[in-house]
Amino acid sequence: MRRETLLNVAVLLGLLVVPLWAWASDAPFIITLATKVVILAIAGIGLNLALGLGGLVSLGHAAFFGVGGYAMGILASHAQSYTPLMEWPLLIEGTKSMPVIWLLAAVTGALAALVIGALSLRTTGVYFIMITLAFGQMFYYFAISWPAYGGEDGLPIYVRNGFPGLDTLDPIQYFALCFGVMCLVLLFVARLAASAFGLALSGARQNAERVQAVGLVPYRLYLVAFTLSGAITGLSGALYADLNRFVSPTMFSWQMSGEIMIFVILGGVGRLFGPVVGATLFIVLEHLLGGISEFWHIYLGALLLIVVLFARGGLIGLLAGREVAHD
Amino acid sequence: MTDPILDVRGISKSFGALKASNDVSLDLREGEIHALIGPNGAGKSTLIQQIAGGLRPDEGTIWFGGTDITAESTVERARRGLGRTFQISSLAMEYSVLQNVMLGALGRRGGAFRFFSPVMKDKALLDEAHDALAQVGLEDFASSITAELSHGQRRQLEVAVALTLSPRVFLMDEPMAGLGTEGSHRLMNFLGTLRQRAPVLLVEHDMDAVFYLADRISVLVYGKVIATGTADEIRANKDVRAAYLGEEEDA
Repeated sequence: MRRETLLNVAVLLGLLVVPLWAWASDAPFIITLATKVVILAIAGIGLNLALGLGGLVSLGHAAFFGVGGYAMGILASHAQSYTPLMEWPLLIEGTKSMPVIWLLAAVTGALAALVIGALSLRTTGVYFIMITLAFGQMFYYFAISWPAYGGEDGLPIYVRNGFPGLDTLDPIQYFALCFGVMCLVLLFVARLAASAFGLALSGARQNAERVQAVGLVPYRLYLVAFTLSGAITGLSGALYADLNRFVSPTMFSWQMSGEIMIFVILGGVGRLFGPVVGATLFIVLEHLLGGISEFWHIYLGALLLIVVLFARGGLIGLLAGREVAHD
Repeated sequence: MTDPILDVRGISKSFGALKASNDVSLDLREGEIHALIGPNGAGKSTLIQQIAGGLRPDEGTIWFGGTDITAESTVERARRGLGRTFQISSLAMEYSVLQNVMLGALGRRGGAFRFFSPVMKDKALLDEAHDALAQVGLEDFASSITAELSHGQRRQLEVAVALTLSPRVFLMDEPMAGLGTEGSHRLMNFLGTLRQRAPVLLVEHDMDAVFYLADRISVLVYGKVIATGTADEIRANKDVRAAYLGEEEDA
């Protein structure tokens, strides 16, 4: 087995063992922390699809994260107040069912990414970064100024949404659910990366001219990748909102976009488990260093600098070495 | 005489005051190698770019298989069967040699929107890819990373990728540049056999190769085609001797 595969298995086991241990020793806070890691990792996996495979440096992924969060918030708030979302032309009611919410969060995330991507992908480089950032900020200010769903104060959801057969308010059960979703998402992205689409997409990142010369259109590849990326990040937004039982405009903030990108860079851009490792490291640091000083971001900044300067493959690159061609 | 498959009719392209292409006409017929030669700065690369779709001519039209393709994009032209190799190798450097060729095979199949089956296990594509590698003599390097190939091997890989496209026309921009003697000879022999599959428009600096291979030669000087003809006709042409070959004799 390749070193990276071993490392990935170890990461998965670690993410499973720690909360189980916490559960056995009755430490629900640790379980919640692990759940947060898993959910943020999914957001990062979404971004990594665009950034790692497609080379699309998006600084606006909080838009999709927030859209997923608000999809959950809006549906659940209507369900808890027993008011339908709309009555005409057809009656749409709120829902507290996670599978339905997840589906809608992913679909709205994908739609948002499709629209933003269709416009932004006409640019490249710094302009692309700036345009995605601008779109993210548009969503942020829209959420702040939209009073129907809490505006600046956000929107609390009193009871966590339900999943058939599970008590989602039990931390370990909600963790298991999120962990399962993460595994499915990882599987999806792994297959995608190894598919014809993945070969063409990553080829376009390395050399768009080459891909055009064999008769493929980079723009279309990028747009599909960006849309799928938005769907995954949207899904994680819904999970995140359910974890906190609270949705607020900060989910749309550019700091959120930055954090998602930090997960990817810390763990390893383009590596399947990069965002998982990155999100774990981020949350552990936040927890440990945050306890020492509220200015813990200084240390995070230093670490990020070290990774960018000396370990371009992120933590996974450092531990598992250069990626060998997957053939 | 059959109709030319590629027909460039009177194209001009200026960059400011510089006329990089000045009313250039040339054609490519089935079964031939048509070489384009000319001193540095004659506008060969500009011409190739206009044929491949990277640049739009200011005037004139380009016909491919009886269709006007002047307004078409690079991708559309590639899909019609214009197989191009680049003057400066343009490959996916992080990929293995095999993956680069697979990309070509994928392009020929006409779409990359398959999301779940592992592409590197696609038997049909793999066969095409290995076949192309074997033809250029790179089969032993299939799993090497492209960035680690020598300059000459990258040139061979460029040709292999073009082969996977099964193009109707090969557009080759200095495929032998930087190859050693042995590599040049090998590629020369290979190009000689290639014309049976599809005609080749060849830009090349290596005069021995050009005179050995080409059925017809066009000489480009200052953006103008000053002569087109067989190797013997070109050798005998006074203008060509003055403008081009003469320079070599002086040297």
